[in-house]
Amino acid sequence: MVTTLPDARLARRIAEQVPDPELPMLTLADLGVLREVRVGDDGTVVAELTPTYSGCPAMAEMRADVAARLRDAGFDRVEIVTRLDPPWSSDWITPEGRRKLTEHGIAPPGPAPHRAAGPVPLVLSPTRRTVHCPRCGSADTEETSRFAATSCKALWRCRACREPFEYVKEI
Amino acid sequence: MSDDHVYMTLAEGHEDDSRWAYGTGFEDPLHGVDTTVPDGVDAAELAALCVALGDDALVQAQRLGEWTTRAPELEEEVALANIGLDLLGQARLLYSRAGQADGTGRDEDAYAYFRDADHFRNVRLAELPNGDFAFSVVRMLLLSSWRLAQFQELTSHPDPVLSAIAAKGVKELAYHRQYAAEWSVRLGDGTEESHRRMRAALEQTAPYLGEMFTAYDARDEVVAVLRQVTDTAGLPMPVYRPLPGSGRAGEHTEHLAPLLAELQSVARAHPEATW
Repeated sequence: MVTTLPDARLARRIAEQVPDPELPMLTLADLGVLREVRVGDDGTVVAELTPTYSGCPAMAEMRADVAARLRDAGFDRVEIVTRLDPPWSSDWITPEGRRKLTEHGIAPPGPAPHRAAGPVPLVLSPTRRTVHCPRCGSADTEETSRFAATSCKALWRCRACREPFEYVKEI
Repeated sequence: MSDDHVYMTLAEGHEDDSRWAYGTGFEDPLHGVDTTVPDGVDAAELAALCVALGDDALVQAQRLGEWTTRAPELEEEVALANIGLDLLGQARLLYSRAGQADGTGRDEDAYAYFRDADHFRNVRLAELPNGDFAFSVVRMLLLSSWRLAQFQELTSHPDPVLSAIAAKGVKELAYHRQYAAEWSVRLGDGTEESHRRMRAALEQTAPYLGEMFTAYDARDEVVAVLRQVTDTAGLPMPVYRPLPGSGRAGEHTEHLAPLLAELQSVARAHPEATW
């Protein structure tokens, strides 16, 4: 009898398709939360997930979902591990993920702030940030609340089409 | 595993875990992370540091959670809850790290739910009652500025787990501080009443800075932020005499025990509860 190691590429394809519990239009791959998927010497499929925020309550669901999908696909030994380093950045959301966010009325994030070494500067002057309305494309938009239903989003509204919308924050 | 319902998935994946009734880890939040303490790192010191930083975060998160249904506006309620959630997440990671490092294998619940007030090591500013919105804003300004400076230094800590927790936390603490600083300016430069309340809050909180700077000397960073904010807001810099005692030594105000009694009540009433 020949035993073969599980196919890491197939495992990755399966894991990549798991939707995010909070932003179900995105897969964990679109969101950049799914990191490496590998097969250990003993045949265990190991999938690495990086939490978006320290307090992200969806991590447990994500872990359980990825494990379940992989087992459903016939992978018997599955391990989901947390990878903290490097920390998640909104820059990891893929172009495909950004397209899907816009399509679902959520404005995708701009580039994450680049931090130099040394103390993090506090900026008190209003920061101008152009966020395009995901519905009508207008740049005439304003922030209504920097915090929203999930840690990763802010609330904005469009002054052109008058629609409120969510915006994924840069981090 | 054909049921797509998320709670089914969770239940099936964690048949042996009998304690997720009160919403704690279905799994260790550091699951799969290499937990070896590197050579040259004193494990007991590492654990003590993680517990202290975890306690600062947990106690502050609990106070922020108390604003839910009581904040001035819905948006602020959401903001305070979100910030509390970040801190709760930091506490969970830090407690897990502490339990691995000190060799006891205690999980996050053991630290959060099954220690009494005299075993908590949070600084006292975190445990003071919420007071008015100005007090909570100033408290957040001081605690987040101080913690941000410490976390930045910890990003180069020789323990890779703590340094990764810190790197994640820096991003979060930067916008906690931003939130508190913007409200400080708005209130300080607002009405006569809001200005008066901000001055009072600065005077009430400043004496606790001494204890914080003894625990971690971020005097330069915190004073620079305070100066920037008070200058912009037209508020005077607080002059203070540090209070004796320290939460880091387990010396707390009378306010911590009731906070913990509420936080721990369900877990202690049903220590091995299943849902």
